[in-house]
Amino acid sequence: MYKYDHFDQSIVDARVAEFRDQVNRRIAGEITEDQFKPLRLMNGLYLQLHAYMLRVAIPYGTLDSRQMRMLAHIARKYDRDYGHFTTRQNIQYNWIKLEECADLLEELATVEMHAIQTSGNCIRNISSDQYAGAAADEVADPRPWAELLRQWSTFHPEFSYLPRKFKIAVIASPEDRAAMRLHDIGLELVRQNGELGARVFVGGGMGRTPMIAPEINPFVKANDLLSYIEACLRVYNRFGRRDNIYKARIKILVHEIGADEYRRQVAEEFAHVKTLGIDPPLAELERISAFFAPPAFDAADVEPDRSDPDFAVWLDQNVKPHKQAGYAIVNISLKPIGGIPGDATSAQIDVMADLAEQYGFDELRVTHAQNIVLPHVAKRDLHAVWQALREADLADANLDLISDIIACPGLDYCSLANARSIPVAQKIATRFADMDRQRDLGELKLKISGCINACGHHHAGHIGILGVDRKGVENYQLTFGGSGAEDVSIGKIIGPGFDEDGVVDAVEKATEVYKTLREGDERFIDTYRRVGLEPFKEAIYG
Amino acid sequence: MKLLTGNELGSGAVTWWTGSGWSLHVEDAVDVGEHGEAVLHAEEGARRVNAPYIIDAVATPQGPRPAHIKDRVRALGPTVRPDLTLKPADPAAGDWII
Repeated sequence: MYKYDHFDQSIVDARVAEFRDQVNRRIAGEITEDQFKPLRLMNGLYLQLHAYMLRVAIPYGTLDSRQMRMLAHIARKYDRDYGHFTTRQNIQYNWIKLEECADLLEELATVEMHAIQTSGNCIRNISSDQYAGAAADEVADPRPWAELLRQWSTFHPEFSYLPRKFKIAVIASPEDRAAMRLHDIGLELVRQNGELGARVFVGGGMGRTPMIAPEINPFVKANDLLSYIEACLRVYNRFGRRDNIYKARIKILVHEIGADEYRRQVAEEFAHVKTLGIDPPLAELERISAFFAPPAFDAADVEPDRSDPDFAVWLDQNVKPHKQAGYAIVNISLKPIGGIPGDATSAQIDVMADLAEQYGFDELRVTHAQNIVLPHVAKRDLHAVWQALREADLADANLDLISDIIACPGLDYCSLANARSIPVAQKIATRFADMDRQRDLGELKLKISGCINACGHHHAGHIGILGVDRKGVENYQLTFGGSGAEDVSIGKIIGPGFDEDGVVDAVEKATEVYKTLREGDERFIDTYRRVGLEPFKEAIYG
Repeated sequence: MKLLTGNELGSGAVTWWTGSGWSLHVEDAVDVGEHGEAVLHAEEGARRVNAPYIIDAVATPQGPRPAHIKDRVRALGPTVRPDLTLKPADPAAGDWII
């Protein structure tokens, strides 16, 4: 884990003090809401339906038990005893009081955390693979690069007022667990003749105009990467549209001028940027990388006793192979049947922190699917971890199954939403509560957004649900065929929308069609891609 | 009928114009008629409310009910967490929201 140096800590502390002053002036009436709003947003503070919401950054979804306990403490002291883990690998608190916000941020800063750049038209929290440092298929650990990008992008003076928000993901495996090509910039670390570099994809995203990022460069050498990304941003900052918020993301620029022209402009800019010397010296890269050295793995490679059938199911579903013999990656589902996707109580957050400390080399990860990962758990400890999780209602064995639903907060919390997402997720999960039924359906990624902004990633769902407002009534459109993985694709709307119960029925009918038509070990999306929409449409619309 | 609503500056809680002040309970809201804009500007200017706006509502025996679902959800709290609403002890309190 990266540890703040003096500079990191001092800029975060200074920002807390600055924001405290801004809050005080707002409360005293010295500044208007119009003046205050951009200031609070730069510190992650939104005004939502019922209260202020604070979004806390979790850099590349990585944190330690001390930080996780602080998140629980904040939930208890400043919120209503729970937090909501997000699709950006962050956490949101839904009931923050303005007058307490600076105190909260001050406490957060004591564990090297903040809410800076979790809103606004700037470079947001860098996201990454939740299995980083543990995945057998990674060519390098992406976290040092994510950390380098975090430092580079924090308070970057040139990129603090971009045309629109900007999201960067870094992965290092052929298997994409971070929806990399649905980011403004997606980086896949690769090796070419033994040399480390990155494939660079630019112009992806979801929202009202979903696009898959085209490859802009098949290999940028590691020691050119920061300059190249700077060039990518500079071209966007110069030519991205500021006249129309709906056309301001980089994906629109890349689409409008074309990938070839964008690539040419970036190459031209890169030739100049490279002369500025912004790529870090090797010593700095090594300093950052040292924080991510593998832990002292020493456990014997023993297979856990599978005699408890519930434990065996959890092992099969939620535990993934680790690159180190004797270890495994544990996925903690925050998707209990009938629960709120991504929510965890302060007590549950504490339990996860304790488990990380006791069994997981003090590391946790937040996933973009709104779950938690213990990346390094000795196989000999898996049963003890599972028992503790079960005690805390955290042992649902539904990773990547139909009840492992991504859902945005929707109209229950969000001021932008048009329809509620959470009740739909709850009803679908409850409909498919039977674990045998879920497991029979296999991997089925269902994602729900309560508006076109697509925070629930519905475009990338094997089954996606988009809530819309139809004359003041909630209506839900279904999309099929999306994927945020290495087989990335954008889902397509299948037909007219449904009411809340209707969309649950439609999902069930779709699964029945899949069960009838699937061949071999095809997943839902494989069958859909092979047979097309018609059989599903016929079953759903009759 | 027209209601004036906004959020408290300090807590962000939803508030409703009662004719003489602000209440957390939509049942206390009054019809602002054609005077909504004037009240809005006066109250916003005095910094007694955050992000105020005027909405359509219907009068019922139980009190005013916002016409649009978003404002009905605002009026009580998240439909998925009755324990976090303004009336956590009343399981039927949100029956009119959806």
